Amino acid sequence: MSVLVYVENADGKFKKSIFEVVSYAKAIATQNNTGLIAISIGTVSTDELANLGKYGADKVLNASTDQLKTFVNQAYASIIFEAAKKEGANIIVLSNSFSGRGLAPRIGVKMEAGVADGAVSLPNQTAGSFTVKKTAFSGKAFAVVELNSENKVISLTPNSYKVIDGGANAPLETFTVETKESDFKAIVKDIIRATDKVSLPDAEIVVSAGRGLKGPENWGMVEELANLLGAATACSKPVSDAGWRPHSEHVGQTGIVVSPNLYIAIGISGAIQHLAGISSSKVIVVINKDPEAPFFKVADYGIVGDAFEVIPKLIEAVKQHKASA
Amino acid sequence: MKILVCISNVPDTTTKITFTDNNTQFNTAGVQFILNPYDEIALARAIELSEGGKGTVTVINIGEISTEPTIRKALAIGADDAVRVNAKPHDAYFVAFQLAQYVKENAFDLILTGRESIDYNGSKVAGMLGEFLDIPSISIIKKLDINGDIATVEREIEGGKEVITIPFPFVAGVAEGVAEWKIPNMRGIMSARTKPLKVIEAVAVKTLSEVISYETPAPRGQVKLVPADDAAKLIELLHSEAKVI
Ligand SMILES: Cc1cc2nc3c(=O)[nH]c(=O)nc-3n(C[C@H](O)[C@H](O)[C@H](O)COP(=O)(O)OP(=O)(O)OC[C@H]3O[C@@H](n4cnc5c(N)ncnc54)[C@H](O)[C@@H]3O)c2cc1C
Ligand SMILES: Nc1ncnc2c1ncn2[C@@H]1O[C@H](COP(=O)(O)O)[C@@H](O)[C@H]1O
Repeated sequence: MSVLVYVENADGKFKKSIFEVVSYAKAIATQNNTGLIAISIGTVSTDELANLGKYGADKVLNASTDQLKTFVNQAYASIIFEAAKKEGANIIVLSNSFSGRGLAPRIGVKMEAGVADGAVSLPNQTAGSFTVKKTAFSGKAFAVVELNSENKVISLTPNSYKVIDGGANAPLETFTVETKESDFKAIVKDIIRATDKVSLPDAEIVVSAGRGLKGPENWGMVEELANLLGAATACSKPVSDAGWRPHSEHVGQTGIVVSPNLYIAIGISGAIQHLAGISSSKVIVVINKDPEAPFFKVADYGIVGDAFEVIPKLIEAVKQHKASA
Repeated sequence: MKILVCISNVPDTTTKITFTDNNTQFNTAGVQFILNPYDEIALARAIELSEGGKGTVTVINIGEISTEPTIRKALAIGADDAVRVNAKPHDAYFVAFQLAQYVKENAFDLILTGRESIDYNGSKVAGMLGEFLDIPSISIIKKLDINGDIATVEREIEGGKEVITIPFPFVAGVAEGVAEWKIPNMRGIMSARTKPLKVIEAVAVKTLSEVISYETPAPRGQVKLVPADDAAKLIELLHSEAKVI
């Protein structure tokens, strides 16, 4: 028995959310007095791979052939399954990223494993059962799910477990398995990624704006504030419906659910569907000209004021803060 | 082209979520159930793709009789026929297994699901169904076009998208962008009453996971207001008190 963690790369690099996943998987391995094996698929440098030892991986398997350069969930799931068999792993851990959501269910079926998607804390194994807390109802609540199968698959919500480093470099092992042609029917033709922007699902700080901003031409200051803070930008649903911002920025019950350390909401009323997607943020700041806006009821800090006056002042204040730091 | 759209029945988005029986049961008292918004988008795209005699759209739900109004809504929007597998949807594995069983007996070219159900947000059914059928599954899709016997889809990735080509049959978990929501018209509502809705029994399968309790997020304390002309104060609080910047 062991724990296997899938380490997803983006353009050959690991993001912070992957160090969280490895740290989390290490803690599960420790709970079970067993080792942690990591598997990387695709092209990642050996330095980057060995570095995973710092976060707890005892060994890193590297599946890196030309055929595996781009992510195809069907093929990647087969490889992770083969790695689990070889290593005798019965708990598979991965990130609840967009790709992770395509992988976890396929691995779950292959292993006849219960799948806990979007876990927010370590499993509880004290009462002889295996339970995992996950988000439910688009962030309006949590569900404690019991996995009663021998094998288990757990995907971790970004920003919900701290990175723990301190270990040494991990040994690498090349992992080759025979692939099935039928696993590669989907062909990735193009990858379009804005590399200069912080991606919303794993951002630690999010600056979000709503209909109070009046029109798309006013997003310049929102972006400036976000850039200064190293934050991702987001918006409410009517804003993306109107085409002011892309759908990929829409947070809420029918959009992306985020759990950053800091969520700054500007000119957003705080409708229940919007709050659903952001309520697990650690700190919430609301800026709204209406003191009665429902968003203030769930905020930690607030400014009652006009966004067009407050945002430029915030930009100045952040600049000064950065200059003095 | 035969298209299958998998639909789930979920609490309305305005629902205040509460629990009963010592936080072990979702409190359905007074809750209105709706067609999962993403499934509605999937259905809208399926109808667009089948229009003009190009195909048929079947909707399927794993649920008890209480889900029938939602199934009728899907028929009113424009599905040709419907199937209900008469069972409580225990978990995603159970649901995907029932769907796979149906697809094995009734071939489809394209199977659509929503990116996730807004109650349990598993994003699991599409992938599990693909694996049970040993065909490709792709989620989260924002664009779905068909040229002959190949589809081109756009999958969302962190900070961008991937363009993927894929032959039929496959399973796609769709999100906003794929189509606009369709509002049923009077004719649709009238004809929905007479469109076929077949009820079949479920096949026994293991339940691998089970929700044993729920928690609601911890309430936040009173909001700390900062004067509008003192933005520096807010930044100072976020730095030294909240320690987030
Ligand atoms: C099925 C369904 C699903 C939905 N899903 C989502 C979802 O996922 N996400 C989501 O966001 N919404 C969702 N909604 C919509 C939701 O109900 C609200 O309509 C929406 O969140 C409101 O967006 P808003 O706050 O930007 O706009 P508004 O409600 O119009 O609020 C604008 C706010 O800006 C403030 N304001 C105006 N001018 C200024 C100014 N100069 N300075 C400062 N403040 C100002 C106003 O006081 C007001 O509070 C959904 C709705 C439905 C029916
Ligand atoms: N009970 C059900 N019956 C039919 N389809 C379902 C059911 N539950 C979920 N689905 C489909 O699977 C998708 C993803 O659901 P989930 O994996 O629960 O997030 C939904 O958007 C539906 O398309």
